[in-house]
Amino acid sequence: MNKTILIGMTAVALSLGACGRKAPPPEPVLPAAPAPVDPNSTDPNSLEVVELPALQADLVAKAGSDTIYFGTDEYSLDQASQATLAAQARWLLATPNVRASIEGHADERGTREYNQALGERRANATRDFLRSQGVPDNRMTVTSWGKERPVATGSNEEAWAQNRRAVTVIIR
Amino acid sequence: MRMILTLLLAGIASTAIAQDTQEAAPELVGGSVKSNVAIAVPVMPGDPIGRQVSQVIVSDLRSTGLFTPLGPGGLPGYSVEEAGNPAYPNWRNAGVSALVSGYIEPRPDGRMTVACYLHDVTAGRELTHQGFAVTSDNWRQAAHKCADLVYSRLSGQQPFLDTRVVYVAETGPKNNRQKRVAIMDSDGSNNRYLTVGRHTVVTPRFSPRGDKLVYVSYIGRKPRVLLYDVASGQERLLIPGNHITFAPRFSPNGRDVVFSMAENGNTDIYIVSASGGQPRRLTSVAGADTSPSFSPDGRQIVFESDRSGTQQLYVMSADGGGQRRISFGGGRYASPVWSPAGNMIAFTRIAGNFRIGVMNAGGGGERILTDGWQDEGPSWAPNGQFVMFHRTAQGAGATRLYAVPVSGGSARIMPTPAGGSDPSWSPINN
Repeated sequence: MNKTILIGMTAVALSLGACGRKAPPPEPVLPAAPAPVDPNSTDPNSLEVVELPALQADLVAKAGSDTIYFGTDEYSLDQASQATLAAQARWLLATPNVRASIEGHADERGTREYNQALGERRANATRDFLRSQGVPDNRMTVTSWGKERPVATGSNEEAWAQNRRAVTVIIR
Repeated sequence: MRMILTLLLAGIASTAIAQDTQEAAPELVGGSVKSNVAIAVPVMPGDPIGRQVSQVIVSDLRSTGLFTPLGPGGLPGYSVEEAGNPAYPNWRNAGVSALVSGYIEPRPDGRMTVACYLHDVTAGRELTHQGFAVTSDNWRQAAHKCADLVYSRLSGQQPFLDTRVVYVAETGPKNNRQKRVAIMDSDGSNNRYLTVGRHTVVTPRFSPRGDKLVYVSYIGRKPRVLLYDVASGQERLLIPGNHITFAPRFSPNGRDVVFSMAENGNTDIYIVSASGGQPRRLTSVAGADTSPSFSPDGRQIVFESDRSGTQQLYVMSADGGGQRRISFGGGRYASPVWSPAGNMIAFTRIAGNFRIGVMNAGGGGERILTDGWQDEGPSWAPNGQFVMFHRTAQGAGATRLYAVPVSGGSARIMPTPAGGSDPSWSPINN
């Protein structure tokens, strides 16, 4: 069902682009509210999370970015991060029926388990700020990727700075 | 025969020949082998698999760093009857200190017996022997058991060669790394995958009897501890619900799992029964408390915490009481693991580079064992003589498993088919 909606959204966006009109494209079609998950289940397969790539792109287009960055071993939000998150919050409040997975990451220059904890600190700080901007808790979930998902592959300060981040991932 | 032996061995180790003329070969006093002992392992008679059995014994003995094993190629053969009664003078003349012989014999129940003899060639007598009954497809275990018998008798240490390693097999580039839980014998054989690579997995650890694993999977975009039964492949979430859990380890009696849970920007250590139920919180100070590891008597837990401002090592009672810092060496300390004998703790020390070290369990006596750019995640061999870890290279980030002797010496790369990280050394196989 999700695939059908995505194909439909992509087709709409492309055809409008070809027309070159000045009016903004219509909002992407929103999915139905997510089905409840049994909180007591120990079945790992009960943990499905569905990303929504077209809505993710819309968030980036409207809020400027889905990612904020951190200093080494830090989890505080600088001015630029706060501005980005404020814009993300506005988007979330204007886009009902989706949730956000707030995902913290660390660079490779830390041990594996400490980095899992550090990623959670970053995601938590990000979630707290979004909450302060009015996003309700039941629309956000926090996670940490530790150092498992670098986007930049070098072993230098530039690459590490790009990997110390929190990403707001739009999910069903 | 004497002439043939001498010629065959002449090229192998000139020191071996020199020993024969100038001084006695190192004496095999019940236990302490101090220099590289020249030990011959000819092809075992009785079954064609004997050549491979001898080959596995040779590579096992080489991996200990204590021996210069010779053979099985290039050594004279012998008969089943001669296994217990070798021609010692011939081996002495060839400059060999020790000889591993044996034979393979079918049993009425369809299995085979692998008989293993260790001889002190210098003294001209047998030191020990043992027979191992195995199914024909499990001949490797008999070879590892024979190598362990030889290693133990000559070094005075407990065995460690008949063991497995569970680890994370890594393939692909740094920004699209596929990770799978894998198990292999410690010599790299029988490598097989327990997960298919759809979800990122990290830190698999054996239960004390080697029959279960705990590991962390990023299934559902969140790290969560899974409890996995090795024989059946069944697994379940350790903690149900929407919690971030990681860094799991079994208690020494196998009944509980200690782990970290991250919530509201804080990570604490909890313990829960492996059969389910409510977790109990062990730490609560603000900070990232993780990497818990039990002492072998089950009474204490070592862990890392950054509550002081930097990652340091702490020890507490198994009920969470008496938390005290034990690392004071300058630099940061992480991923502590208590040694099997209870006297040492291995760790990752971060001071520019990441290196593996050991210290006394009470703190102090710190020794750094490795020299990589990023070495981390130590795991002890069950006899406490070696520590396995993973080493990551700068740049492309290729990651491999290594083992280093705790008494000092070079780290040796482990033969994994692809990259590897997060090793956990099993107990001795039954």
